[in-house]
Amino acid sequence: MRPMPWLHCLRGVVGRELLRFLHQRSRFLAALVRPLVWLFVFATGFRMALGVAMTEPYQTYILYEVYIVPGLVGMIQLFNGMQSSLSMVYDREMGSMRVLLVSPFPRWYLLVCKLLASTLVSVVQVYVFLAIAWVYGIQAPALGYFYLLPALLVTGFMVGALGLLLSSLIRQLENFAGVMNFVIFPMFFLSSALYPLWRIREGSYLVYQIAALNPFTHAVEMIRFALYERFNAEAVTISVTVAAVLLALAILGYNPSRGMMARKGG
Amino acid sequence: MSFLTRRGATRTVAQGLLGPVMGGLFLGGLALVPLTAQAERIFVSNEKDNTVSVIDGASLEVIETIRVGRRPRAMAFSSDGSELFVAVGDDESIDMIDLETLKVVRSQSSGEDPEVIRVDPNRPYVYVSNEDDNIVSVLDYERRSLVTEIPVGVEPEGLGISPDGRWLISTTETSNMAHIIDLEAMEAVHHRLVGARPRHVEFTHDGREAWVSAEIAGTVSVLDMQETFDIKHTIRFDVPGVPRETVQAVGVELTSDGRYAFVALGPSNRVAVIDQQSYEVLDYILVGQRVWHLALNADESRLYTTNGVSGDVTMIEIDGLRAVRSIPVGRFPWGVIVEP
Repeated sequence: MRPMPWLHCLRGVVGRELLRFLHQRSRFLAALVRPLVWLFVFATGFRMALGVAMTEPYQTYILYEVYIVPGLVGMIQLFNGMQSSLSMVYDREMGSMRVLLVSPFPRWYLLVCKLLASTLVSVVQVYVFLAIAWVYGIQAPALGYFYLLPALLVTGFMVGALGLLLSSLIRQLENFAGVMNFVIFPMFFLSSALYPLWRIREGSYLVYQIAALNPFTHAVEMIRFALYERFNAEAVTISVTVAAVLLALAILGYNPSRGMMARKGG
Repeated sequence: MSFLTRRGATRTVAQGLLGPVMGGLFLGGLALVPLTAQAERIFVSNEKDNTVSVIDGASLEVIETIRVGRRPRAMAFSSDGSELFVAVGDDESIDMIDLETLKVVRSQSSGEDPEVIRVDPNRPYVYVSNEDDNIVSVLDYERRSLVTEIPVGVEPEGLGISPDGRWLISTTETSNMAHIIDLEAMEAVHHRLVGARPRHVEFTHDGREAWVSAEIAGTVSVLDMQETFDIKHTIRFDVPGVPRETVQAVGVELTSDGRYAFVALGPSNRVAVIDQQSYEVLDYILVGQRVWHLALNADESRLYTTNGVSGDVTMIEIDGLRAVRSIPVGRFPWGVIVEP
């Protein structure tokens, strides 16, 4: 197959997702309001006025609202990934997914296009959020905002692939509440998004161990280091590996002959 | 189902986003940008370690640790800049470090419990506050002799000397007073009540004012040094979200251009930034735990703070007024001074 149709397909899927996002103003607002409420309300209440002890990648003491920003960036991407999976379940219920799946392109390619589209939507959300945080006074080094982009792509693929995998398992839209309770909240709260790992360890060693194993912790740390012009090899390796494994499972999940789709009649 | 509802618009949006993606990937591989290099050395006295840490201004790393007497606190350079004097309280002496070899080359007896020292800009004298004796000792560091002893209030602590060498102010932490000493007559000629437990004195570079910090009061009293020697203004601090009792004013530094004053606020972990002309508090900068003393570098582009409890030194960039890096040193860093 010539490359142009592939690119055409990519443009189609990405364009649809971006347009859908831009036309859904309430979704855009909701995606922004959620982390901003955390930043302005939660972080203010827990501001730790005497500062968060010096921890990598920060080179000096920081306020809690500075600490929490990379975690909220991860939160934006996590919710966006799940939102994307929700739309896949919706598409399947409405029957529109069949149009996508009868396309002449391989299914893995369509899914990767879908993931890229969802990731780009989350990237837009993240940069708008960071712009507001910048005006609020939380300012990372200028180059950090560029270094952040690859980290956002990896995280977007990771949580997006998780969403795709879940969408291949969920039969009905109503079951999405379960995803919230059993996937999003544990992933977010049992991570370094809100508190440094050393702080969690002081509270509970078990929770610390869970948080240290949570891939979302590594995604958040990858984002945190990138935003402050640092490269965290361990976090990047784990995040990329988890993203690849989840993507493979999602592709398998959408394979009509072998995956969950066959059993669930998608 | 159509994935492409508005083809042209879609292409524009997608292309607009793919560009930065590739740019970001490229930039992600670039090397980190180093801090602006500063050829200066920063000396930090570690009260519990009996050492002086030497930090390289370019790398902001400790390059040498000098062993000195017991309980080193205040430091000052000799007038010719060849030696660093360190008050070592438990050894009741002043250790003198050669700045080329970074070794203690001699030591001079200072009287009981020397805490703060100042060097006379005109004469080879070093002034020492002897906390337990209620006096300020005047030592000649060339002749290695005691010149005189000046009685002041109870528990002298802070010392400040005017740029022309005319006035010395000694603060006494139990009397809560600033004693203004005429260095021609070598006696205290004025006494002024200031805030509770005065800690530190710093003259403005034009010599018109002296800023006296008070630890328990959490204030800075600005004394008029031209005519009345009275308090002309009192600066108070209110760090949002921080308990009032943790706001304890200690170290003071003033820029020579008359623009900024910086005050270390102890366990509130903040350095206050003040407009020297209006006395308005402009900002609070978060640093390490229990910030104690401050030092500006020669070109006044950086401010260094000692953070006693967290055992580090924070470097603040004056341009932008932001804490850039904290450097671990010894235990309980007390004083800091930058090589001129």
